[in-house]
Amino acid sequence: MQEIQLKDLYDGFRDAKTIKAYKKIIEEDAKKLDRTINIMEVCGGHTHTIMKYGIPQLLPSNIKFIHGPGCPVCIMPKERIDHAYILSMQKDVILVTLGDMIKVPGSKGSLQDARSKGADVRFVYSPMDCLKIASENPNKKIIFFAIGFETTTPMTAALLNTVIKQNIKNILFHINHVTVPEVMSELIDSRDEHVDSYNHNIDAFLGPSHVSVISGSKIYEKFPKEYNTPVVVAGFEPVDVMQSISMIVKQFIENRCELEIEYKRLVSYDGNIKAQELINNYFEKVSLFKWRGLGNIKDSGLKLKKDYEDYDAEVIYKDILPIEEIEDHKLCICSDILRGMASPTDCTIFGTACKPNKPVGSCMVSSEGACAAYYKYGNLL
Amino acid sequence: MKTVTLAHGNGGAENQELISKVFYKAFKNDILTKSEDAAVIEDGNLAFTTDSFTVSPLFFNGANIGKLSICGTCNDLAMMGAKPKYLTCSVIIEEGFDIKSLEKIVNSMKKELEINEAIVVSGDTKVVPKGSVDKIFINTTGIGQIQQKGISSNSITQDDVIIVSRDIGCHGATIFAAREGMDMSSDLKSDCTSLFIQVKALIEAGIKITALRDATRGGVSAVLNEWANQSDVCIEVDEQKIPVSNEVNGICELLGFEAMSLANEGTFVMAINKDEASKAIEVLKQFENSKNASIIANVTQQYSKKVVLNSEWGTKRFLELPTGELLPRIC
Amino acid sequence: MCLSIPSKITKIDRENNICTVDTMGVERSASLDLIDQEINIGDYVLIHIGFAMNKIDEEDALESLSLYEQIIENIEEEERQAQIIRENKSC
Repeated sequence: MQEIQLKDLYDGFRDAKTIKAYKKIIEEDAKKLDRTINIMEVCGGHTHTIMKYGIPQLLPSNIKFIHGPGCPVCIMPKERIDHAYILSMQKDVILVTLGDMIKVPGSKGSLQDARSKGADVRFVYSPMDCLKIASENPNKKIIFFAIGFETTTPMTAALLNTVIKQNIKNILFHINHVTVPEVMSELIDSRDEHVDSYNHNIDAFLGPSHVSVISGSKIYEKFPKEYNTPVVVAGFEPVDVMQSISMIVKQFIENRCELEIEYKRLVSYDGNIKAQELINNYFEKVSLFKWRGLGNIKDSGLKLKKDYEDYDAEVIYKDILPIEEIEDHKLCICSDILRGMASPTDCTIFGTACKPNKPVGSCMVSSEGACAAYYKYGNLL
Repeated sequence: MKTVTLAHGNGGAENQELISKVFYKAFKNDILTKSEDAAVIEDGNLAFTTDSFTVSPLFFNGANIGKLSICGTCNDLAMMGAKPKYLTCSVIIEEGFDIKSLEKIVNSMKKELEINEAIVVSGDTKVVPKGSVDKIFINTTGIGQIQQKGISSNSITQDDVIIVSRDIGCHGATIFAAREGMDMSSDLKSDCTSLFIQVKALIEAGIKITALRDATRGGVSAVLNEWANQSDVCIEVDEQKIPVSNEVNGICELLGFEAMSLANEGTFVMAINKDEASKAIEVLKQFENSKNASIIANVTQQYSKKVVLNSEWGTKRFLELPTGELLPRIC
Repeated sequence: MCLSIPSKITKIDRENNICTVDTMGVERSASLDLIDQEINIGDYVLIHIGFAMNKIDEEDALESLSLYEQIIENIEEEERQAQIIRENKSC
């Protein structure tokens, strides 16, 4: 077998000639379409690739993107951020989370704000970094504010596994892991009061790359079968995205509706069973989890099983953690934007009261949200 | 803005906001608001600048806080076409700081002063209780003699092209890789170097420089955005032409950074008339530090005060002023 | 979530189930706790927040890359043909 170099795994999937070639193929095939196709890329990494590499500029006008809610930072509801804020302000607590999370504002402010008020808030690159913080601070409680989709959940599980095995007493968890297929169903099968009729504009999904590495493509089976919506699981490099769009367009012109995998080098139907087992060992579904901008979505969140209550910060600190719901801003139309019913420029507070450094809704919160992307790339889209 | 946050020190958008809403508001004058790397005073003959150094860790691959404190200030002078002459050195040291480390730092400063042919003529030393500063903070202020007048970020026109002196992002990438908790090793090295030698060579070759800036906090992206704004032009960058080393690319991949936003301490950006560009590249290529100097952008009027990145496959996007604290993306 | 990168395994510590990976010249350690496939030095894995997530299937990767080469060749051939036709028309 021919040898592959690490460089090929990057360059080969970012190659300009290949991108231009797919541009041509898609252009030709799109002429045979009798309609516009709206493709939702679910995952924030895909939104980032699409914006960074200018993919909309390469596509014909009858292929459009709807930017999905695939950014676990963006969809974190204010109520949960407030939990993190309150926990971080407790004496002898070190609140630890992953990168972007510290910038997102809840109703009291962001974790960054808490830090500037004296809270010990740290961001880490990996959940395992908590172990070092815990051993260096034996008299403090390290609370890991866990976020992320199926991609990141197994890593939190692995940390908990280590904490239990090594009998570490000062690490706790606040779990905010969410799952992707439920929000995809919600967007298609919307029963939300804001939407007047059973109407959505999503014609196909670009399936998340790395959620699928863990969970396998099996989790998307119901979309072509029950919702007549094709799914192509795409890698996150620009060539992967272009190839996947080409595969979607071909499905439409050939009258097929299937689940396909473009990202074959990493995604299989079954996924990473070991990671799935680790997740199932420690976590179970929460019946309702609120997504910022979308409301409560059934079975879309995870929590620690009762057996692991001793590690659950939500249980241990329940007396100080509020449970009241906080209303989304009245003028925020993120829920419509996420369903493809509106674009960021339709929003009355876009660019004025709602900006990247002062975000109101989920679409503006992280650099991968639709509104943040529109704000940044302006009229070049 | 109710409290100062870490983002206010990032060299990007929030930094600008803090400076203009608090400091410029109070200290308003024509020289200050020109926002150059160094102030031009005394009828265009002298350049005057100050900088404080709070880098952590203190010692990293390629330099330490001492070398940085001299390079930083001397380079700001060099960026106005000035030969560094006199510096002051003010230190705030945390109680308990190790004298051997202090000597190492000061010796690096000595070495760098010799390279710049400059001297420290005045200084101040403060020691504060443990916890009041993070080991040591250094401030250096410098005065230099201007060798070529008129170098200014407010004078860039469509006749100019933009050159970057070497591969970018080395310093920022090295610091991130060296930080505690980011346990990784690589051949990454800070680009921390004194730049006057290269500037002198350009001036002596008779090259008329429009603008010069070293790409420190906020990286090349901050420089280009500031220039586009100050000169009211559009800077169109050819993405392919930006030189980035494999190691810096590696860190950017790993942590989700863009090389254009990473800090540099020995890399400068130059705006120069297109007719003089190839001559300038030739001069720069003589030096180890600028052997891969490249022309990376043109100046147009396409989108006022904006920087555009043109990709190899025909798409374009705006390159924004970096915002926020530099955090690794998780997704 | 999606910031996961391909890296090459350069060392394996089987006792602690950790590997050292190289990502374009940057070396890091990553946990193998989530891998149930056989792993050897020289293998390519996808790394995410300090963990190896899955082994990269080299055969599939090579298949994709050859497909792309083929597509580029086809398009270039089409353009050559179109050019010839244009030139013939103008004669």
